[in-house]
Amino acid sequence: MRRDMKRFFFICLLLLTLIPCAPAVAYAAEKEASDTSGVNVSEVIFSHIGDSYEWHMWTWKGHPVAIYLPVILYSKTSGWHVFSSKHIAEGETYEGFRIQTDALKYSSKLVEVAPDGSVTRPLDLSITKNVLSLMISSLLILVIVLLTARWYKTHDSEKKAPEGLAAFMEPVIMMIHDMARENIGEEEYKKYSPYLITVFLFIITNNFLGVIPIFPGGANLTGNIACTLVLALFTFFIVNLFGNKEYYKEIFLPDVPVFLKPIMPVIEVFSAIMKPVSLTVRLFANMLAGHIQILSVMCLIFIMAKYGGALLGGMTVVSVLFGLFLDVLELLISFIQAFVFTMLSSIYIGLAHQKETHKQS
Amino acid sequence: MSLVTPDIGLVFWMVLVFGLLFFILAKAGFPAVTDMVEKRTEGIRKALRDAEVAEEKVRGLAREQEELIEKTRAEQLKMLQEASAEKERIIAEAKVQAGEEASKILSAARDQIALERDNAVRDIRRQVADLSVAVAEKVLRRELDRQGGQQAYAEKLADELTDRDLKQEV
Repeated sequence: MRRDMKRFFFICLLLLTLIPCAPAVAYAAEKEASDTSGVNVSEVIFSHIGDSYEWHMWTWKGHPVAIYLPVILYSKTSGWHVFSSKHIAEGETYEGFRIQTDALKYSSKLVEVAPDGSVTRPLDLSITKNVLSLMISSLLILVIVLLTARWYKTHDSEKKAPEGLAAFMEPVIMMIHDMARENIGEEEYKKYSPYLITVFLFIITNNFLGVIPIFPGGANLTGNIACTLVLALFTFFIVNLFGNKEYYKEIFLPDVPVFLKPIMPVIEVFSAIMKPVSLTVRLFANMLAGHIQILSVMCLIFIMAKYGGALLGGMTVVSVLFGLFLDVLELLISFIQAFVFTMLSSIYIGLAHQKETHKQS
Repeated sequence: MSLVTPDIGLVFWMVLVFGLLFFILAKAGFPAVTDMVEKRTEGIRKALRDAEVAEEKVRGLAREQEELIEKTRAEQLKMLQEASAEKERIIAEAKVQAGEEASKILSAARDQIALERDNAVRDIRRQVADLSVAVAEKVLRRELDRQGGQQAYAEKLADELTDRDLKQEV
């Protein structure tokens, strides 16, 4: 009975994998007709992992279905500009601005075109796809956490076990809270645990949203270096602005032999700077790599479309199964990276609050 | 190249939105949850501690009760032993007293008997003396009536009486 069920599921899975074949074949045929170069994989992948001025969802009968987001620009010559990105879609120029497509510099970014044809980059504060995703995820976290907090305010939690959303969120919040206590110490941890919980929830929510392929997911916020850089800088400033005397003494006047005294501060300062850099790159690279992997495996289907039905069908099965595996792996990585970022942040904060170390005589 | 150059717009929005999110959650979100959970943890810890103390107390009470029962039982045993000893003592005492009383009565009876016998002997003796005197008188009178024979008879009687008296004396 169990084996029958297994076989049934396996056949269903195989049939499901055939579904992407139809559009793939159509797409390939369409491409074949328009040009002979096939699918530009790197363009497809980079447009998915990169930022954009509109939220493209799918193409319907040759027209893109997309959410056009507001563009906010400040130009040194013409001041502030606010307009919908619909005006600059398809490479059009609007109020002297257009999206740079061909050139290597400022690729796929808005540039200001001067009358003489030279391009400059204005101050670009547009609500891009990533910014919208950032707002959506933040709103989601805000609502979830405030609803959880409301349960604790309206119920006597000493008499009643948490239920519903509170029961779901409590272990998550307390996991990071306890981690903060462990890594920072009894006296100081309460000050920093809200930051660490916020960071954890923020990263894991955005990681998960990144794995979901349809709106409101699909943006690659945590795989964007600006996002991870800001998070790492938050940690950096919290560590270095609230570090205690002992922390700075360890950096500038460490208890080392005299000939090491001038070298140690240099090393320590370098290490303090490298900590946020490593935080930035670790999260960014992991999430980016995950997205690229899944997209590459999916693109294999479209590449194979050129080479006929047998190869296409075979590759589709392999790609979908492997893509499924990578998606599940990505869920695991989403959690691990959020956890690692939070844990390292708490350890760095803890290092900045350590008590006087025992002097060895 | 744009992958590794942070975009100033996203940095700006990131700082703003994340900062705002952090500020709101740190003020109104997490402390409410963590404080309540910590309070609850402390409450549970305290309840467990109290339960342990109560259990200890109950255990102490049970022990005390057991001790009390043991003590009572010992006391009971002691009392029983004492009572039985007392009984033995009283019986023994009573026996001794009874013996003494009996011997006293016996000796008194013996004394009485001895006294009675003495009296009886004395009485008999007096009567015998009186009787002898009377007999002697009669004999004497008859002897005296007939000279000679009278005399011999009187002497013979006197001798016999004297013999009997002597035998009785011995």
